[in-house]
Amino acid sequence: MKLEDFREKQIARAASDEELREALEREFQVIGRRLRRTDGLAKSSGRATFTDDISLPGMLHAKILRSPHPHARISGIDVSKALESEGVHAIVTGSDMPETYGILPWARDEYALCIDKVRYVGDGVAAVAAVDEESANEALDLIEVEYEVLPHFLDPEGALAHPEMPIHEPKKPDANGNISKHVRLEFGEVDKLLEDSEVIAEAEYYFEGTTHTAIEPHCAIGYFDTSGKLTVWSTTQVPHYLHRELARVLDLDVARVRVIQPPIGGAFGGKSEPFDLEFCVAKLAMITGRPVKILYTREEVFYAHRGRHPMLMRYRTGADKNGRIQAVDASTILDGGGYESFGLVTTYYSGQLITAPYTMESYRFDSTRVYTNKPCCGPKRGHGSVQPRFAIEVQLDRLAEALDIDPIELRRRNLLGSDTRTVNEFLVRSNGFLECLGAVEGASDWKEKYRQLPYGRGVGVAGSCYISGTNYPIYPNEMPQSAVQLQVDRSGRVAVFCGASEIGQGSDSMLAYIVSEELGVPLDYVRILAADTDFTPVDLGAYSSRITLMCGNACIDAAAKIKKQVKTAVADGWGCRPKQVALAGGWAFDVKDTDRKMPISEAFNLAEAKFGTLGATGSYNTPKDIHGEYRGGTIGSSPAYSFTAHVAEVEVDRDTGFVEVHKIWIAHDCGRALNPVLVEGQMEGSAYMGFAEAVMEQHIFKETGLHNAPSLLDYKIPSSLDTPELESLIVESVDPVGPYGAKEAGEGPLHPSIPAIANAIYDAVGVRMDRLPFMPPRVWKAIQERAEREKAGGLAPWKQEPGRTTLPAAGD
Amino acid sequence: MLRLHPYVYHRPRRLDEALELLKEHAGDVLPIAGGTDLVPNMKHGLFAPGHLVALRGIHELHGIEERDGELAIGAAESLTAVASHPLVNDHLPALAHAASLVAHPMIRNQGTLGGNICLDTRCTYYNQTHFWRQALGFCLKKDGDVCHVVAGGTKCVAAHSADTPPILMALDAAVDIASADGERSLRLSDFFTADGIWNKKLERHELVTRVRVPLPSPNLRATYTKVRERKSVDFPLLSIALAVELADGVMESISLIVAALGAKPRIIGGLDKIAIGKKPTDDVLEEVAKQAYRQCNPLDNIIVEIEWRRAMVPVYVRRSFDAILAEPRATA
Repeated sequence: MKLEDFREKQIARAASDEELREALEREFQVIGRRLRRTDGLAKSSGRATFTDDISLPGMLHAKILRSPHPHARISGIDVSKALESEGVHAIVTGSDMPETYGILPWARDEYALCIDKVRYVGDGVAAVAAVDEESANEALDLIEVEYEVLPHFLDPEGALAHPEMPIHEPKKPDANGNISKHVRLEFGEVDKLLEDSEVIAEAEYYFEGTTHTAIEPHCAIGYFDTSGKLTVWSTTQVPHYLHRELARVLDLDVARVRVIQPPIGGAFGGKSEPFDLEFCVAKLAMITGRPVKILYTREEVFYAHRGRHPMLMRYRTGADKNGRIQAVDASTILDGGGYESFGLVTTYYSGQLITAPYTMESYRFDSTRVYTNKPCCGPKRGHGSVQPRFAIEVQLDRLAEALDIDPIELRRRNLLGSDTRTVNEFLVRSNGFLECLGAVEGASDWKEKYRQLPYGRGVGVAGSCYISGTNYPIYPNEMPQSAVQLQVDRSGRVAVFCGASEIGQGSDSMLAYIVSEELGVPLDYVRILAADTDFTPVDLGAYSSRITLMCGNACIDAAAKIKKQVKTAVADGWGCRPKQVALAGGWAFDVKDTDRKMPISEAFNLAEAKFGTLGATGSYNTPKDIHGEYRGGTIGSSPAYSFTAHVAEVEVDRDTGFVEVHKIWIAHDCGRALNPVLVEGQMEGSAYMGFAEAVMEQHIFKETGLHNAPSLLDYKIPSSLDTPELESLIVESVDPVGPYGAKEAGEGPLHPSIPAIANAIYDAVGVRMDRLPFMPPRVWKAIQERAEREKAGGLAPWKQEPGRTTLPAAGD
Repeated sequence: MLRLHPYVYHRPRRLDEALELLKEHAGDVLPIAGGTDLVPNMKHGLFAPGHLVALRGIHELHGIEERDGELAIGAAESLTAVASHPLVNDHLPALAHAASLVAHPMIRNQGTLGGNICLDTRCTYYNQTHFWRQALGFCLKKDGDVCHVVAGGTKCVAAHSADTPPILMALDAAVDIASADGERSLRLSDFFTADGIWNKKLERHELVTRVRVPLPSPNLRATYTKVRERKSVDFPLLSIALAVELADGVMESISLIVAALGAKPRIIGGLDKIAIGKKPTDDVLEEVAKQAYRQCNPLDNIIVEIEWRRAMVPVYVRRSFDAILAEPRATA
């Protein structure tokens, strides 16, 4: 095609004169519009190439032998018979990779495969690479492992009581090896203020463990090429950290390791650290010289886990007679499972992240994470704070009732506000929580419903806040947390290279929107190459809701540099000042005379002629001076905090205990919605996930240490028929540090679902559900117990009595 | 992913060919219809036959027709077909309803009525992968010799978990059974046994070929209720089939079946005295509900508390009555 034809084609695609004049009226051209995802069609039509879709010539398939014991010493492994099995190419065991790994550099406590000890049923012991999975499976049966079985602990109480039987060697000689982390922090005079409080809510809460249930199981492919370079394709959401740990464990030069993250079928925190399969495919590829793939079975995904910690939380919350929170005293036991994972951070988060959106005069938390012989817990959407958020929001509901204050009003009376610090010294800038409360109150007709719906129906409210990334990276360093490199082609196409992980949340799309906004190119002129460590600058990964804020700012930074060059070059030609030139809608045009314009590609060509090849890097780093001035004060410190409020409306079946959640109204302050459709998607997905944990999910174990139900048939997540109507209400507080004012939207909106449902159940039938999940047997039992207390005269009937007088009694 | 073992897949076109294959490979063969239960079970290592005989391509196993005062349904008809067929909906809406409650739409498109009737019993210690069961030390039903549900138990108590048999039993259905050696029929009420390992009076080389249900009298009202955690996908935690003939407000016959407890759907006995000849008043129905409660003892074969499952028996018996008394045409 001739250049002239190109020009015609581009002009045909570009904005019309009228649209350009309209564009001048708008603050943004792309940001804030309801646009498609850049990867939406490929994924929804099944054409995206996921990791397991990749097949390389000569590829072997590997399987991992797993421990059948929850706790045992390995006294011997014999792989000789397995090696002779048909189709087997290589076998590795723990001693082939004798270097520890872990996501936190100061807590590396895992081996790629266990060397001396297994710590849960499913812990990896050996891996076989063979011509196909069947051959690998057959060989697994031939590996002989001698175990010396040890007593095992499935709950923290048992593990705490038996320091003589440590799951891990104690870090200090006198320490209990079953304690993974203990944190105690106090802000203000908690005991005194509790004593002075008008009312105190006191209760014990239990949050059952849950797992992520991403639909795509973990998968990895290793390839060791002739030049001695290792490439690993993996379903990871942290390619950079995986890159580092692979090099460490395999003893390779970091520069000779490449990690590529293909499109991912969901992660939710379940793929945010290295797993045994990545090391095994790498090592087996190095041994065999062939590509090696491992795809977890669904059962193995349940064993890999790293899901939500079960937490036992004892809370006391005191308020004055006006409902102002005087003191919160929290004591929490975290059931960590067999390893550390992010455990140190989880332990801090279990206390650090509930100090907003409310003011509190004083606050104390004491959190202990305990090892148990179960799959390791870790970060799941809303890392560490979903559980305590359940406790504190139900506590507030109790206080509101005791003081006869509407629970929304009680929350208003404790507003933290903006440009302030929390009781634990975190800096909060933008804060749209008040607007969130108002939005759900209005949309749900709260005032007409609260305590006024008939028996069996109820509404509940809850609020929350969450971080938009963490100010401090996982391994201490001064380098940027996120970086973007742009490269501009003469055709007008812009390539974006970025280490950020698209895990379904829309990070690739977000980058495209920003480039399109800044450089005026049509959206489909933007190409994203993400998460390939050979070609993309470092981004630390998709965790703690950091990407929009950090990567978005890095992208604006890079685009601004090119924008400046392009505008300067065009302005020189027109003899005007650069700021008179605008880039939008596929044009460079004169803001004073929109008839003067040229296709954006011509503008790029002018800039390239003037400045040389167009390209730029941009980066974002967090402020390193914003945190609490105490040990641990950096954990939970974020550049910006998002805020959420939910109202849930439920119907409780008195006779059966079934809880039907009819609707959840979700108001979320995301700073600015870069694309409202994606923000709403995150809000709905979050509320759904919280709802699932509230009514159904339980990641539990049988006494033998076996997982109760490692399948998607028996581990219950709600079907579409079970899912309530979800109404998303976006609140935009426009944060001063977020890109265009944006904050996170992927995790925060999950938090209030659970306490809002718990509070709604109370409003419906007058029972406090302090233990998750709210399954029919539990709710039914609570209703029975209340009925007995009512019968004994200890309680007035809740709302009006239901019509039916005879309850079909059990044990009759 | 979980892999299947190698097997020879036979696709006979005629019933006699299928029956011959089942006889020829006896001990190393299983029939496969929709495969929605068998395939995952084979992936779990619960069955590893060298031969599979596919049934859906056999013409004689299809067809839904009214004849001789009965509705006859071919065993290879899909559950979707049973749920949506006009004849079933006209004459046996409760059966159509039960079929519509099995699993989810894709499984109903694939799964068959015969397969549902012959569904293997289920247990939390059995429907697991080979790795899991091996770590457990296996169980009575497969590869082991202990029961993990009943300590010291010598009889498998895996749960009957199919949705269509209870209502078929309440509707007095019979099944036609064929083998290379001949044909026979059996009332479905006599079909199941209390042995969780193989809870059917069906030889391994026999096939259920057809289900026959008497066309009900105009007075018959029937309903099927399934209690499950989710509104789709799940097997029952408890299921109740109820059929009552109601003339001039008086109960002339009653059939109440409670399933998903043990290996055999429980036919609640002693109801004649309580209910027959009486009006369905609150007192009478309460007695029926209590009778069902007394006769039902759920076990820990399903991972939901047995105390609750038992307490739900009378609740859902009452609700089943509520349903048939409120909307006779919708359910009868």
